[in-house]
Amino acid sequence: MKARVHVTLKNGVLDPQGKAIGHSLNRLGFAEVGDVRQGKYIELELAETDKAKAKARLEDMCKKLLANTVIENYSIELVG
Amino acid sequence: MKAAVLVFPGSNREGDVAQAIELVTGRRPLMVWHGDGDFPKVDLIVVPGGFSYGDYLRCGAMAAQSPVMTEVKRRASQSVPVLGICNGFQIVTEAGLLPGTLMRNSHLKFVCADVHLKVETSQSLFTNRYRAGQVIKVPVAHAEGNYFADADTMKLLEDRGQIAFRYCSPEGAIDGARGKEGNPNGSTNNIAGVFNETKTVLGLMPHPENAVEPMFGGTDGKGLFEGMVEALS
Repeated sequence: MKARVHVTLKNGVLDPQGKAIGHSLNRLGFAEVGDVRQGKYIELELAETDKAKAKARLEDMCKKLLANTVIENYSIELVG
Repeated sequence: MKAAVLVFPGSNREGDVAQAIELVTGRRPLMVWHGDGDFPKVDLIVVPGGFSYGDYLRCGAMAAQSPVMTEVKRRASQSVPVLGICNGFQIVTEAGLLPGTLMRNSHLKFVCADVHLKVETSQSLFTNRYRAGQVIKVPVAHAEGNYFADADTMKLLEDRGQIAFRYCSPEGAIDGARGKEGNPNGSTNNIAGVFNETKTVLGLMPHPENAVEPMFGGTDGKGLFEGMVEALS
């Protein structure tokens, strides 16, 4: 089974990288771009067939390592 | 004072801090590899600066989960003092020994410069050689030193006196006409270093170990090591 994990900064946490990306896009002529937030995308291959079990394990992985819950949120998606 | 200095793949200030400790204690600290889940009893554990595990994922995130840090967390819970410097500060926050986290500098640049710090309290085993309010000059070298904690945590830190050092102007000003004075990275409330609740764990971004010899631009960092020797010997 494959899992997709998205890690994003919580609302209210300043994202200077996102801001820099936004400025660059504006400079390139993409004037419609407003606020930009940058995050991480992590793809994992799992040796697990039970979706509920996989989800629980992924929650644990996110809390222990993949995200820093002081500043980040995470979302988990299971594929296949 | 018997000290241990942890070494991770990618650490690069472990030699500097070992040298500073040797200078004030006359004995070389024990160097402990990240894979060692156990090491001899010591009076102080130092988590040095560098780029542990290449700073992959988040600075300090992988190192915080290493076997040696499991043991450090156990000992910290028994009040063995822990000092985290720079990447070491990032590691101890990721390990949950200190609140908050270190984010990317607000200007997105790596900063390598001498900074001025205001010592917030002399009432700790780390800062007893300084006066409260004293201004010291030490270098910083980091890209992720922007201290952040949520508003509730920040209030608790301030109320309990857990701020160890703040960035300031050479004269000791923190709030100036141009906003925050001397803040090299955007840290909330100019925070450069914090204690845990019992003041047995200190994490700071600046490098006191690189300000212990006159030849290298100053000795203002030496007081930190001398203070620890006095408290722990």
